[in-house]
Amino acid sequence: MPTPQELRNLKIVTKAFGIPDSHKLATYQKRGGFEAFRKALTLQPAAITDEVKKSNLRGRGGAGFPTGMKWSFIPKDAKLVYLVVNADESEPGTCKDRELLAKDPHLLIEGMMIASYALGCKHAYIYIRGEMMREAKVVQGAIDEAYAAGWLGKNHPAAGGGGTFNLDITLHRGAGAYICGEETGLLNSLEGKRGWPRLKPPFPAIKGLFNAPTVVNNVETIMNIPEILTRGGEWFAGLGVGKSGGTRIVCVSGHVAKPGVFELPMGITFRDLIYDVCGGIPGGRALKGVIPGGSSMPPLDASEIDVPCEFDALMTDPRIKDVEVKPGVPFDLGGGRKLKTMAGSGGIVVFDDTTDVVALCARIMEFYAHESCGQCTPCREGSGWLARVCKRLARGQGEPGDVELLANIANGIGGNTICALGDAAAWPMLGFLTKFRADFEARIQPKKIGLPGRAGATTEAA
Amino acid sequence: MPLEFSAQSKQRVERLLTRYPTKQAALLPVLHVAQEEFGHLPDEVIELVSRTLDLPAAHIYGVVTFYTMFHREKHGRNELMVCTNISCMLRGAYPILEHIEKRLGIKPGETTPDGVFTLVEEECLAACANAPMMICGDDYFLDLTPEKVDVALDELRRRSQQQQPQPVGTKTIFGMGPNGAKT
Ligand SMILES: Cc1cc2nc3c(=O)[nH]c(=O)nc-3n(C[C@H](O)[C@H](O)[C@H](O)COP(=O)(O)O)c2cc1C
Ligand code: SF4
Ligand code: FES
Repeated sequence: MPTPQELRNLKIVTKAFGIPDSHKLATYQKRGGFEAFRKALTLQPAAITDEVKKSNLRGRGGAGFPTGMKWSFIPKDAKLVYLVVNADESEPGTCKDRELLAKDPHLLIEGMMIASYALGCKHAYIYIRGEMMREAKVVQGAIDEAYAAGWLGKNHPAAGGGGTFNLDITLHRGAGAYICGEETGLLNSLEGKRGWPRLKPPFPAIKGLFNAPTVVNNVETIMNIPEILTRGGEWFAGLGVGKSGGTRIVCVSGHVAKPGVFELPMGITFRDLIYDVCGGIPGGRALKGVIPGGSSMPPLDASEIDVPCEFDALMTDPRIKDVEVKPGVPFDLGGGRKLKTMAGSGGIVVFDDTTDVVALCARIMEFYAHESCGQCTPCREGSGWLARVCKRLARGQGEPGDVELLANIANGIGGNTICALGDAAAWPMLGFLTKFRADFEARIQPKKIGLPGRAGATTEAA
Repeated sequence: MPLEFSAQSKQRVERLLTRYPTKQAALLPVLHVAQEEFGHLPDEVIELVSRTLDLPAAHIYGVVTFYTMFHREKHGRNELMVCTNISCMLRGAYPILEHIEKRLGIKPGETTPDGVFTLVEEECLAACANAPMMICGDDYFLDLTPEKVDVALDELRRRSQQQQPQPVGTKTIFGMGPNGAKT
């Protein structure tokens, strides 16, 4: 077992950071690139999935779903299987995949080769966000190099004589739509349609890209695979905490002295992250709160930062308050389950005590209203309504009843939509109200006598 | 004469078609090629893509209008995408955006009269640890201050004066019925 200090310094997916020309194949091979893939070919595909299961690797795209389990949902007798890497990174506060793509694209390619071998995939796609033009060039360059060297394409030289393994990888550029990060919206987009999320079930593992069984994984998730093969699932699981194996990449932004993208132990607390790794809050100001995993996650207040930024801790640690619909009434996630928050995409946004949290929350609501694809009424209408009411509160023109109104709208969206974008608007709204209710109430104008209350019936433009 | 792709674009389209099991799946990449060649996506270009991929123009129109990076109108040679989402907002993105508006004399969504800049207020561009920030093509401008913005704008203007102006594309005729019939 590594010591805590060794663990702090251990890098799995950010090993290439700081190495000159780290995106080139020659550099990657000098660092031992493709050794893990060679090892993979000596194993049965099912044994690789087992190793990934043992590693406790969890999806880094947002939901933290166990990767090995996701792979095992692919029907055993499937003739055609697709692997799709989600490189659409656009959850506000998240900036890790972009760096990973730019600095170590061959690690992604090797991870995809191993995953494809395990899944029986012959053609894998990388769906990269349209705005990432520079990264698209780097990744395409890496793919071209890998083809030229014979790692990709037919008649694989390393395939151990039999030539049983061959893989094509195609880079597919999106064109500006946050919703294409949602895996089924992504699949529709990849098929040349609007990026409208699909009703589930069927899940992609059964009916995904071009109706074939499909695994969708995040960039960071796949980049962990080669090291899991090299050092074993048990080793990887041992680095982590509880059911979350490996290290964690966090992107820290906002009011810290040294913002950045860091690979750190799973168990690191937000306090250590802010005050130790990131040099504290500039100007000696005090912390007001932290968004722990991208803008769709309920915030933590300053009293809740001793919790580690690990998946399960953020969902269950008793030191984090339950998100409420109104004081004393917890929000029901379904079946009586309560919501605290989630580790999400690793986008950690720190805000100090000078922050106008109502304006911050309004900006988040504006984002989800803008990005709602419009298929379901609660999300389409509700997200715009949340944004409008939040914005008028931020302007100091809130009306009596607005805080309750916001909670009611959010409560009506949560759990009632095709995809999780609805929740992504509702959860932070309820979270901000739970943690910073007084800030919202302070923006309400006392009602003028004689005017009927028109809570929410405003027609002002968003 | 109906519009055609240049020989080079044609070759790119051919290659793209080999990467997907259906022609439709090549739609986004082909639209990127088309927009690169023609500057924007007016009806004539949509019809060209429709012929190329055997897809109804109405489907393509629906796709074009869904994605923010595809545009029906002509844009400036430099598309300035300024992020104002939370991490950038917390570090002064709105004053930066205002500074750019003043320097260029345009609001988000508008193009300077000389066609050099189109200003776009963007959502998070995945460089939050270097907020506030903007991108232009494949150039990133990070940790912005008003002074850095001035340097960036001067540099971009200088570069675009050296470059040949982009082809103007064809006139936009707005509105399209089912299967591409003009309404
Ligand atoms: C609205 C929405 C946006 C999402 N955006 C992304 C994204 O940009 N990148 C990503 O990897 N996952 C995103 N996800 C999660 C994906 O749907 C999917 O769970 C993930 O790509 C699976 O990969 P993983 O298991 O490796 O995490 C998003 C989900 C939702 C609901
Ligand atoms: S929840 Fe929102 S984004 Fe998701 S499918 Fe429904 S309308 Fe579209
Ligand atoms: S919030 Fe501006 S780049 Fe992410």
